[in-house]
Amino acid sequence: MLLNALFIAVREIRRNLTRSFLTVIGIVIGVAAVVTMVTLGRGATLAVKQEISKMGSNLLVVRPGQGWGSRGAPQFSMRDVSAIREQVPGIAGIAPFIQTNGAAVYQENDFNCDIQGTTANYFVIGNWQIGLGRFFTDAHVDEAAPVCVIGETVRKELFGPGVDPVGSKIRVKSTSFEVIGVTAIKGQGGFGEDLDDNILTPYTSILRRMSGRGSGHNINQIMISGREGYPSVHIVADVTSLMRERRHLAPNEQDNFSVFDSLQIADVITSSTRVLTSLLGAVAGVSLLVGGIGIMNIMLVSVTERTREIGIRLAIGARAREVLLQFLVEAVTLSCVGGVAGILLAYALCDLLAEAVGAPFIFDPRINVIAFVFSAAIGILFGFMPARRAASLDPIEALRHE
Amino acid sequence: MSAETLIELRGLTKIYGSGNAAFTALRGVDLSIGSGEFVAVMGPSGSGKSTLMNILGCLDSPTSGSYTFKGIEVESLNKDQRSLIRRHALGFIFQGFNLLARTSALENVELPLLYRGYSRTLRHKMAREALASVGLPDKERNAPSELSGGQQQRVAIARAIVTEPNTLFADEPTGNLDSKTTIEIMNLLQHLNAELGITVIIVTHEDSVAAYARRTIKVHDGLIAGDSGRSNG
Repeated sequence: MLLNALFIAVREIRRNLTRSFLTVIGIVIGVAAVVTMVTLGRGATLAVKQEISKMGSNLLVVRPGQGWGSRGAPQFSMRDVSAIREQVPGIAGIAPFIQTNGAAVYQENDFNCDIQGTTANYFVIGNWQIGLGRFFTDAHVDEAAPVCVIGETVRKELFGPGVDPVGSKIRVKSTSFEVIGVTAIKGQGGFGEDLDDNILTPYTSILRRMSGRGSGHNINQIMISGREGYPSVHIVADVTSLMRERRHLAPNEQDNFSVFDSLQIADVITSSTRVLTSLLGAVAGVSLLVGGIGIMNIMLVSVTERTREIGIRLAIGARAREVLLQFLVEAVTLSCVGGVAGILLAYALCDLLAEAVGAPFIFDPRINVIAFVFSAAIGILFGFMPARRAASLDPIEALRHE
Repeated sequence: MSAETLIELRGLTKIYGSGNAAFTALRGVDLSIGSGEFVAVMGPSGSGKSTLMNILGCLDSPTSGSYTFKGIEVESLNKDQRSLIRRHALGFIFQGFNLLARTSALENVELPLLYRGYSRTLRHKMAREALASVGLPDKERNAPSELSGGQQQRVAIARAIVTEPNTLFADEPTGNLDSKTTIEIMNLLQHLNAELGITVIIVTHEDSVAAYARRTIKVHDGLIAGDSGRSNG
């Protein structure tokens, strides 16, 4: 009986192509909107995640003061770094970090950039890859060697693109450094900043050769990477209590440092894009609902218009339930066809929009299945009322209908 | 009265509406029709003949009284059960042909077979045979709009007989046709009655059409006013 109803329904749909097209168009647009929004939204979420993982996965940063860029709070010492390494469990790597900026000069070119002093550990913690040459080592750090590894942007500005700078000497704040490596391109960071406009050098070289600062409290930041699978919240808590103790803070005093957890930051950002995605999806879902009401509208008109056809079917022996099934199957078939067309349209749109939005185009079979099932459900939901009306017609009245 | 009785009506009444607006269309009809008869039902409009036909055709149910068709007590059946009687034993021909528009003659004729769940091959074979038996073997691809009135009525007759029904109900089958086509259609109905033994019950107000029948029943004011009597036997 179902197969029969499908056969009759398809024949009726083909018999009235214009009407069928008008019925379907609302669903096509609704499904296309939902699938496009959700696909692009997921792409955007993934893009943000990728950006953040460029910073180094599972990265924690200890900074002086509260919030970003708080000045005045005491900085850290190497003894703080050693204390954290020895006393806090779950740490894979730890590196001090001194950040300053200034002009780097090579021949007639100069470029203002970040100058970052650290140890060899930082390359692992910060997820750096070498592009040319090599990284500096712990031996370089121990002897405060005047060597540096530069980012792609710095290479481009000082040497020109494609030039191998390894072995050349550059001057940074009147100190000469030998370039021993170029980092692989990282691109933009999570906040749109350039991650390749930096010069990395042993922190000892900055302290002894450039700033003239002694070996006191002069570390800007401490970079920590957590061990895979170890909950970073524990590290945050342990580092916080250790640092409070080392800074002799009374229980009623606020922290004069802060611990940032890149996983937490990533979570906040991805969850906000996720919220945005569901919001957009919900708005698009409303248009799908409107499409469903469109199906109901046209099916209701069609029942009136086809009253005589229904009368004929009843007269030759169709049962009410067969007429009901025919109209229901017509509605479901139309909305399923609309669902498939909508999904195809969505991929055309995603293909066009992905580049404009700057999010990768990620094919997710789940959203297709959901959109398809949802459009079929809309067919049943909004097809039922017209179908019941058709089935309840009286054969004599229906045959008399003009 | 040797022929087996097909239709038996006892005290059949039909009242439309209720209270002050109630209208009595049939007021106690007794009638018996034998298998293989060719009956014409005549009467002025409003006489109740259409109501009688609708009840005989199992399209409507009586208010009271009994209707037995082939031993089945139709008055106690529900809508779906009446549908099944129509599907398996009855065929209908209408004044306005009532073919599906934009649908080929073949597809129109095979429509009742769809509800019987027959295979495509069987449907096409039976529909082609039915079209051939009404003299339209070469029109199976044509839609109703491409056929003359007489041809459309032939398609409708093919649709009615494709299921090999026991009884054929024709409601003013020639009302929309010219006199030449009327003769062709009536000859066809007569042929179906005589050769295939199909019981034919036809509603008409034309004496010339009623003359093809072997029995004439006159309905007046909700009652049988005249009956030429059971003709076969």
